[in-house]
Amino acid sequence: MNAIIKDPSASLVPFKARLDAVTDPARRAALGALHRVGLPDRRVEAWKYTGLRFLNETAFATAPQEIDRVKARAELERLGLTLGEAASLPRLVFVNGRYAADLSVEPENVDLTFFSKMQAFGSLSSPDRDALTALNAALATDGVQLTVPAGIDAGRLLLVSLGQAADPISFHPRHSVTLENGANLSLLCVQSGEGRYLHNPVMELSVADNARLQHLTIQTEGDDAACLATLYAQIEEHGSYDSFVLGLGAALSRHEVHARLNAAHAQVHVNGAQRLQGRQLGDVTSVITHAAPDCNSRQTVRNVLDGQSRGVFQGKVLVERIAQKTDGYQMNQALLLSETAEIDAKPELEIYADDVKCSHGATVGALDDEQMFYLRSRGVPEAEARQILIHAFLAEALGLIPDELAQTIATRIMELRFPVTGEA
Amino acid sequence: MTQFLDIAGLCARIDADGQEKEILRGVDLSIPPGEVHAIMGPNGSGKSTLSYVLAGREDYEVTAGSVTFQGQDLLAMEPEERAAAGLFLAFQSPIELPGVNNANFLRTAVNAVRRARGQEELDAVAFLKTAREASKALSMAPDMLKRNVNVGFSGGEKKRNEVLQMTLLQPSFAILDETDSGLDVDALRIVAEGVNRLRSPSFSALVITHHQRLLDYLVPDRIHVMAKGRIIHSGGPELAKQIDSEGYTRFLAEAA
Repeated sequence: MNAIIKDPSASLVPFKARLDAVTDPARRAALGALHRVGLPDRRVEAWKYTGLRFLNETAFATAPQEIDRVKARAELERLGLTLGEAASLPRLVFVNGRYAADLSVEPENVDLTFFSKMQAFGSLSSPDRDALTALNAALATDGVQLTVPAGIDAGRLLLVSLGQAADPISFHPRHSVTLENGANLSLLCVQSGEGRYLHNPVMELSVADNARLQHLTIQTEGDDAACLATLYAQIEEHGSYDSFVLGLGAALSRHEVHARLNAAHAQVHVNGAQRLQGRQLGDVTSVITHAAPDCNSRQTVRNVLDGQSRGVFQGKVLVERIAQKTDGYQMNQALLLSETAEIDAKPELEIYADDVKCSHGATVGALDDEQMFYLRSRGVPEAEARQILIHAFLAEALGLIPDELAQTIATRIMELRFPVTGEA
Repeated sequence: MTQFLDIAGLCARIDADGQEKEILRGVDLSIPPGEVHAIMGPNGSGKSTLSYVLAGREDYEVTAGSVTFQGQDLLAMEPEERAAAGLFLAFQSPIELPGVNNANFLRTAVNAVRRARGQEELDAVAFLKTAREASKALSMAPDMLKRNVNVGFSGGEKKRNEVLQMTLLQPSFAILDETDSGLDVDALRIVAEGVNRLRSPSFSALVITHHQRLLDYLVPDRIHVMAKGRIIHSGGPELAKQIDSEGYTRFLAEAA
């Protein structure tokens, strides 16, 4: 029998020297869990469709201290974050996982500190259950620790992550965002970079009574990067967490959200869109737990997959016995642009309450022949007609982003990667 | 031969659930420049198929015959090339394009056609001015330019949107496939006026209809009766009234 039991710590070789150097007692539990189970392979149900071979191929070093500020500024500009209305927003910029104060404009009206100054791991994440959270807990060095005080509307805040990797590096930012009672925030996370790196953020999001957090993540990481993100959100009475992830970049990405509706009339949206090509793999995974009555969850994820890319959607909705009058909706839709693109969709409903309304659905298809013909019969060339229909499919998803400026920024960054030719 | 549009011996079939179905069985039809012709005929006679084949829909296989449009072999052209060459099809059931803004769609189409015709593209301001004027002339609600293409449009709004596209694309040959169906009398008049405004020595049209009513407003130069995939009778505008009172029975009997 021994032959099939593999050594879990073998998967940790790319990080071995750094993990061996961890002495901090606060990280020891995470480290123990990590050594016990190792990084998941595809025999682990939650990772059935998403292999982590990317990580086995190279050793990932700690990022060097010095960063290229000229390049970082140029990248902020390229992303359109220094233009127009976006330029006036407060922004927190991390380069290779470290806060870069001189590239940032700190927000007012919020309590702001950093993980590098005050190592608080928070209580929402579970390193013992999730290896990538454990990896983060073992190796995290920096991150934003932000609180919006009760009753304050903090407006918009940009949180930017830039990767600059000459040699393979990994960074593991540890973010925490807390909205006190009745607070408001629109958080725009933009992730980009170049070179071979692993971006492994963990973010804890705590939304108190009557608070509203809007959260857009635009993942446009470098072509040779991996981004494995885990988010833990807890929403209290009449609170709302309205999130959207736009996945465009990285060779390998996973955006995993654990959202807990913790008190009555809480609401969560875990929406998203992915547009992949080449050999990219993009995984949107979520676990939404209804732990109180009268809560409402909404999830629409749209995928556009070209080349040999693969999209993964795993969406679990867990309705606990107490969570009567739950209203849950989940929809995953994929547009396959090539014969070799693939979508793996796994919706899961686990319901213990008896008075609930939960629906889910999935669609997979190619571009519609009638729509193509209609456009072409109006003189629009075939390639342009395809772009228009793809854009429209995603535009409908992006329409779910409630903050209009955030929607504009998302559309612009998508068009940087996928220019729409000739469209008005 | 008219040197404008000449259809000769056109046969086409469609693959329906694995079975080849002949729909056009030798259509002969010539339309000279500046004329409006109407096609009438019972359901299933191949009228819509003819319009799709002329516009270049790929579902149909042309098995025999030819179509010459202003000296060019129409059947060898892509749908977008046919549009650039001046052909326009007003769809019987206009297609909805969720997520595509109507004004953007119209401008993209107009500029694609202008590019292909070697004309300068219109900028957003100039285009919107033209589009607003044209939609006003068709009594369209101003918000229809802002909405998604045909999404949530009523039947009548969709048909007007087709005529709006036709107006903006300035075709030399338009096919109107039952553009009158589902329209009330007022809408019918507005749509017919929209087509009449385009009438000129350099504009021809083929109007497919079931009803004489449209032809009261849009008086054709010729009327053709189509049945079983062929043109079985042709005549002047007076033919519409005859069909309206007698039906197709006599023509079908003569053709048999």
